[in-house]
Amino acid sequence: MAPSANRRSGNSRRAQYTTFFGYIAGGVGAALGAILVVISINNPGFMAGLRGFGSEAVAPASRPVAAAKTESHGLFEVITGYIAAGSQNARLKQQLAHARARLITADAQAEENRRLKALLGLMQATPRPLTTARLIGSTMSSTRRMATLDAGSRDGVIVGMPVRSPAGLVGRVLEVAPTTSRVLLITDAESVVPVRRAYDGLPAYAQGRADGTVQIRLISLGVNPLKPGDTFVTSGSGGLYRPGTPIGVVWRITNDGAIARILSDPANSDYVIVEQAWLAETTGKTTAPPASPDAPSAAGASAQ
Amino acid sequence: MIHLRPLRTLEDHLSRRINRAPSPAFAIATPWVTVMLGSLLPAWPYIASAPVAPPLGLLLLLAWRQGRPGLLPVWAGFPLGAFDDIYSGQPFGSAILLWSLALIAVDVVEARFPWRNFAFDWLEAAVLIPLTMLGSLLLANAAGGNASPKIIIPQMLLALLLYPMIARGVALCDRVRLLPLRRLR
Repeated sequence: MAPSANRRSGNSRRAQYTTFFGYIAGGVGAALGAILVVISINNPGFMAGLRGFGSEAVAPASRPVAAAKTESHGLFEVITGYIAAGSQNARLKQQLAHARARLITADAQAEENRRLKALLGLMQATPRPLTTARLIGSTMSSTRRMATLDAGSRDGVIVGMPVRSPAGLVGRVLEVAPTTSRVLLITDAESVVPVRRAYDGLPAYAQGRADGTVQIRLISLGVNPLKPGDTFVTSGSGGLYRPGTPIGVVWRITNDGAIARILSDPANSDYVIVEQAWLAETTGKTTAPPASPDAPSAAGASAQ
Repeated sequence: MIHLRPLRTLEDHLSRRINRAPSPAFAIATPWVTVMLGSLLPAWPYIASAPVAPPLGLLLLLAWRQGRPGLLPVWAGFPLGAFDDIYSGQPFGSAILLWSLALIAVDVVEARFPWRNFAFDWLEAAVLIPLTMLGSLLLANAAGGNASPKIIIPQMLLALLLYPMIARGVALCDRVRLLPLRRLR
């Protein structure tokens, strides 16, 4: 392709100056970008207001599309449901029989649990969801994994609240705008969730790898006891995530832990539940906090 | 006889009469708006647990810059990058920096090689897009996290394969941009 004639400044002083100041402005833009990025790396909340405004602005466009996605999803399920009805019926009957038997066992265990917990003086924290909302967008091209939630400060969402789907933990609220909020997904590389193995309570951390999996890092080093298929749930340490929320299933063993696939794929969860931060809820409900040597001093410091 | 008045009016507008000219607002706004729409890609309600989509805003920006040199100024990386940063989830400023550098690089290459064909433009994009994506990854990692460069390789390949189609789309937008919609009096 021949170069276009209007790009040659020739002898025109005006054209020469325009080209020159264009370059200067481009260089200044790059320099400003460098300054801004350094500020936002050191201060992650930088420009959060602008991001909130931006997500509020596009939310009216993304809400109907999210709703249509859910409905079309339902339509496909109806069609496949008709096709697979007979075999599904037989399978469900079999599963129901199994489930009845296990329900009786579970009832007995729940009763035993209640008795043992009462014995230990532990409080039974019943899940109290704050609100149910839809995820209406996510960062698709960046390696940061964040999603936009269709609920904000007007619904009572505050920063730090855990977000889960029926299948498991999705993430936690990072920034809040009036009707939308930003959720840091558990697969983000900055997200670290304290977890334990479901059947024996082996403690570990689940750190996101930004590719749909999490890295399980064991706290106690030594022989790696993990096996593919181990299920991990939140342990509740740190007080943010309620204990027992499913996280992922071990998929590949590594030297210092394992890589787990997450259970709640946010692409499949139409609605998610925003919960109260677990420890805030428990401290709000219990009248007397557990006696610890530094508790009175902390209370005194806050009273001053 | 039925009068198709709206159609007739459109035909009247688009016919090559001597008193017709492109609408200035439409002609100027089209490149900016298409790049911003490309940046709004994360607003599409697919909730990805891995980075899957190519950086469409960057691809559109480069395609406009290569297809129509001089239409978007060299400093366009600042406003368009800022808009991208609002929605991309990257630390604010990362697209401002990287897109400005990419536009300066395109300008320098254009001055050095005035005679280019599309294969050359594609090669240039094939250098600039992976470098920009790698830069975004490094800046995102600097803000926290340790994502491996491996996870953006599929995205890079998709972006490079998509680039010729994006360039064709931009060429189409460029034709629409210059439709003679305004009547001169």
